[in-house]
Amino acid sequence: MVSDSKSSNGNSISPAAGRKRGVSRRAVVGGGAALIGSAAVPGAPTIWAQEIKDIELRHVGVSYSVVKAIGDQASKDLGFKVTMQNLDTSAAINRFVTQPNTVDIADLEGWQSKLATKRGVIQGIEVKRIKEFDNILPIFTKGEIEGHKIPRQGISPYEAMYIEKPDATELHEGVTEWATFLPQVYNADSIGYRPDLVGHEVTEWKELLDPKFKGKAAILDVPAIGIMDAALCFESAGLISYGNKGNMTKKELDFTVEKLIELKKSGHFRATWTTFDQSVQLMAAGEVIIQSMWSPAVAAVRVKGIPCIYAPVNFKNGKEGYRGWCNGMGLMKHLSGKKLDAAYEYLNWYLSGWQGGFVARYGYYSPVPSTAKKFLTDAEWQYWYEGKPAPSVINDPYGVAMEQPGAKRDGGSFVERVTNISCWNTLMDESAYMNKRWNDFKVA
Amino acid sequence: MPQREPWLGWIYVAPLLLVLVPFFVAPILVVIAVSFVESDGFGGIIPTFTLANYVGLFSAKLTLGLYLATFKFTVLTWFFSLVIGFWVAYFLVFHVRNPLLALGLFLLCTVPFWTSNIIRMISWIPLLGKEGLINSALLRLGVIGEPLEFLLFSGFSVVVAYVHQLTIFMIVPIFNAMARIDKRIVEAAVDAGASRLDIMRLIILPLSKTGIALGSIFVVSIVMGDFFVIKVMSGGGSASVVGAFYEDIGVLQYPPAAASAVVLTVVVTVIVALMLRTVDIRREIAR
Repeated sequence: MVSDSKSSNGNSISPAAGRKRGVSRRAVVGGGAALIGSAAVPGAPTIWAQEIKDIELRHVGVSYSVVKAIGDQASKDLGFKVTMQNLDTSAAINRFVTQPNTVDIADLEGWQSKLATKRGVIQGIEVKRIKEFDNILPIFTKGEIEGHKIPRQGISPYEAMYIEKPDATELHEGVTEWATFLPQVYNADSIGYRPDLVGHEVTEWKELLDPKFKGKAAILDVPAIGIMDAALCFESAGLISYGNKGNMTKKELDFTVEKLIELKKSGHFRATWTTFDQSVQLMAAGEVIIQSMWSPAVAAVRVKGIPCIYAPVNFKNGKEGYRGWCNGMGLMKHLSGKKLDAAYEYLNWYLSGWQGGFVARYGYYSPVPSTAKKFLTDAEWQYWYEGKPAPSVINDPYGVAMEQPGAKRDGGSFVERVTNISCWNTLMDESAYMNKRWNDFKVA
Repeated sequence: MPQREPWLGWIYVAPLLLVLVPFFVAPILVVIAVSFVESDGFGGIIPTFTLANYVGLFSAKLTLGLYLATFKFTVLTWFFSLVIGFWVAYFLVFHVRNPLLALGLFLLCTVPFWTSNIIRMISWIPLLGKEGLINSALLRLGVIGEPLEFLLFSGFSVVVAYVHQLTIFMIVPIFNAMARIDKRIVEAAVDAGASRLDIMRLIILPLSKTGIALGSIFVVSIVMGDFFVIKVMSGGGSASVVGAFYEDIGVLQYPPAAASAVVLTVVVTVIVALMLRTVDIRREIAR
């Protein structure tokens, strides 16, 4: 479904929203804006405030990453208008490529950032202008964390991160001064299941294929990532070992799809799902009891009072592992002058913590946890990032109680989860062939 | 009678041309052009003439499978919406004596269409699901021991949703055609001793042909060109022609998607042309 929900926040100039960032320029701007017309305000900030108040930035991307509440807060804090527009993954990348001028900030996955770079629709982000850049986790900036090399199956964010010059159309291996996109939200995906109906703990992908769950299993129907979930399952079951799950050969694709067709014909899959809501409905309505799933979807099922667990699929014997994904913000090529300045302000705001705190409350991570921490309570930090038992009730981003004291996050701490990512969302070299084969599965 | 100025004709068709050329002819020409070029794999096109997209399309077993799946839903939807639409229209025209009441009932048929297609489709899900209203009711009544799984995420639910959405497109033109039938012909037939079946076979059906053809064109072209209902109601378990090339667009493979779209347009055009051969719409409408 393609939906364009537009948010707006008209009267955004409020006296400097009480945030603890020292005396920032924003604070001055806020105060200045209130006094426009009075000669008492010294030059520069007023001019800036007047010039930026008419600026509107359109941040476009998928609904789980481009969130209205975040845009509203940004508008309030920054003094200019940020509009969030949602499209599905495929509509989004099509819009970036075919109508680049209707977008200011493109929300890109690693593979989309590679595409956008190739097509020349985005401009390099000058790393020096990003205040928190040095605090971004090395997962993204260097491809490692705590001595652990981040796997490169699929397109890892690090791989898609750098270009050599601001207008380069090829990705660059290794750190440079120019970034293609600025990571903003990411997670490690696995399987969701109903512990009451499955009856035992699930820690391996192959459980999804267990004949016991015939007619009660589902898989994600976004071909590019659905096929990776399937690959994780088949690898876990010992049926095949892939060279690179994120960039399969035709032969590997054939094997994977034939297996899927076999399963489908035996009635193994109750359904396949494309959107977040569908996966929640399938699980909540008892249609399926085990399926590949996204973290907030599991939370959404739990909020309904239905037990649901996000399987921890830590590496085992060189198999298993999460499928990682990361969305980042890219600057469209047409941005220049004041609007480009405003876009940088926005990027800097994004990494300054409010957003990191917000997304943490539904299980996603910020690339700069050090700033997100300031916007989380100790209890929230311990629960979401440290994987410790919740010291008190944990609320979702909108203030609804979600977890009782003592509950622990599935999969454990941040470090435990991200170091068990085995592959990243991707666009394969054989994507055209992969699509064809995926449709064979659909039509079988 | 004075000779008509030749430019006058152009003025008459100008409004239609102004709509059709920029919004239909131009885009379809672009699609046709793109279907003959090569994709660079990154959303770009390499401007060399190639038939590869069509060769790929016609040599893939997948294409046949997709068309069979789409035809299956088209035929089933067409059949059920025709049967239901025909009898509803027949009832309204020939059994409801009061024309005002008939018109009122006719408008009543349109009430469900005041909400969006998507809502009407989605609202079937809680009804048909494993723990849905129908299954829970049947289970409680003891009619079944296990929930009926074929109700949802199946070909059945796809057809139910389509028939629900599209029957109105049958009712309206058939109602319209039937309303034009001179009731005296029916009376004369009765006087001459015709049976009810004869009246239906020899009078009503032939004279409603236009309506049936028009309704069929709507239903067939809508189902052939849709992918969303199939995707949602089959729980992703079934594919369609449009759904398949939408996936191509998702990975920016424009040329193969364009070739698929061109082939589909030709197929639908042929089907519509065949339907039009069964009736002379122009003459019938002028009747």
